[in-house]
Amino acid sequence: MNVQVTQVMDNNEIRRALTRIAHEIIERNKGAQNLVIIGIQSRGVPMARRLAKLISEIEGTQVPVGSLNVALYRDDFDKRPARTISASDIPFDVTDKRVVLVDEVLYTGRTTRAALDALMDLGRPAVVQLAVLIDRGHRELPIRADYVGKNLPTSRKERVDVHWMETHGEDAVMIVK
Amino acid sequence: MTQLHRKDILGLQDMSSEEIQLILDTAESYKEILSRSVKKVPILRGKSICTLFYENSTRTRCSFELAAKIMSADTTAVSTAGSSIQKGESFKDTLLTLEAMGMDLFVIRHSASGAPHFAAKILKSSVINAGDGMHEHPTQGLLDMLTIRQNKGRIEGLKVLIVGDIMHSRVARSNIWGLSKMGAHVRLCGPRTLLPAEIEKLPVEVYDNLDMALEDVDVVNVLRIQLERMNRGFFPSVREYSALFGINKDRLRRAKPDVLVMHPGPMNRGIEITPDVADGEFAVITEQVTNGVAVRMALLYLLLGGGGHVGSA
Repeated sequence: MNVQVTQVMDNNEIRRALTRIAHEIIERNKGAQNLVIIGIQSRGVPMARRLAKLISEIEGTQVPVGSLNVALYRDDFDKRPARTISASDIPFDVTDKRVVLVDEVLYTGRTTRAALDALMDLGRPAVVQLAVLIDRGHRELPIRADYVGKNLPTSRKERVDVHWMETHGEDAVMIVK
Repeated sequence: MTQLHRKDILGLQDMSSEEIQLILDTAESYKEILSRSVKKVPILRGKSICTLFYENSTRTRCSFELAAKIMSADTTAVSTAGSSIQKGESFKDTLLTLEAMGMDLFVIRHSASGAPHFAAKILKSSVINAGDGMHEHPTQGLLDMLTIRQNKGRIEGLKVLIVGDIMHSRVARSNIWGLSKMGAHVRLCGPRTLLPAEIEKLPVEVYDNLDMALEDVDVVNVLRIQLERMNRGFFPSVREYSALFGINKDRLRRAKPDVLVMHPGPMNRGIEITPDVADGEFAVITEQVTNGVAVRMALLYLLLGGGGHVGSA
């Protein structure tokens, strides 16, 4: 079978999108006061770290960053073999915090639903917002992102691959047909 | 390796080091849940787990039930007393009856070695061996390894001494298989009458003298003297056993200065271990119990996931 790969964002476009999202987060939350960034494991973590760094630089305060394991909250446990990834690493209390959840691609919304439940089991945040690099449509739940890097219309047969410098050695977004 | 390709957990002898590693890593990640104020995750909602115990137990049974409940599964406890087993129902019929009620997983303890293996063969549901006769107690072996790894940062290359009644001990067997697969050097020490036949076929070094056995070890796992089995003259007296094979503070000086002391419980304080050691700075006995819950959560999760089992033990 022929695999067709089309690049839709390069490193400059990703950098600009993240910078814009960082500013939008600061604007919407009126600063970085009480703000925490939580990446959804495993693929939302590099983006969460980048956003936290950008916001910290812009505002001159350290924004706490964590990573959330949603495996125990998924709704497809009966459909997929049980897989393990690392534990949640959230070295702060989320109660009364303004939490920005971060994932690289928003698709069906089911991972976000699992992440919300996982987060609520850790405490009661004041506000939860969602930031994604790519919104590719095809939602199966009433979930939308507060901050979007790029809206990317796709077909269900396609796959969206995001590469991060930290894990892949380059920043790029590709559609794989 | 990110998933377990088996239906049942029957022993560590037939398990690979990769599988053991996966279970320990998964258990490690679940310890965080045990430290939460609300200890509940939804993943096993709607799953039914049956604990079927033909022998007495406090910690193993409670630990499995708690692990299942923390992960939102429903548990049913069946034990010999008060069940139809007393009316003479066979092991097989008991299993088939409970499976027909919709049990997804059985946790089985039995005085006959191999009983869980028999159950695994006739059941479509998963089986976890919670101790079979003098054979294996895999979840104890796993929780012991998790405790060692957490305290020492590794298992490979460590010298681990198992002291006591090796012959009757399923804990010892699971430890021997698991630890040697993970690259530890296992030493055994106990009265010759309490060492199993054909011990030379096990991957271990055998010592008659406890002081020599303790020399330079990283971990001492002290086994319970099973007093209920000691009426057949395995050793002259409890006092003599205690003098020759009991772990006390003086003796421990021969081990590494940061030696870990473990005991699978229940302890006979003053016989195989002195109270000052059991409650002392080197003991990780309560940590073992906590790790037991995490290990059992990991196994329930890994066995009950969807997508079908690829092969089985």
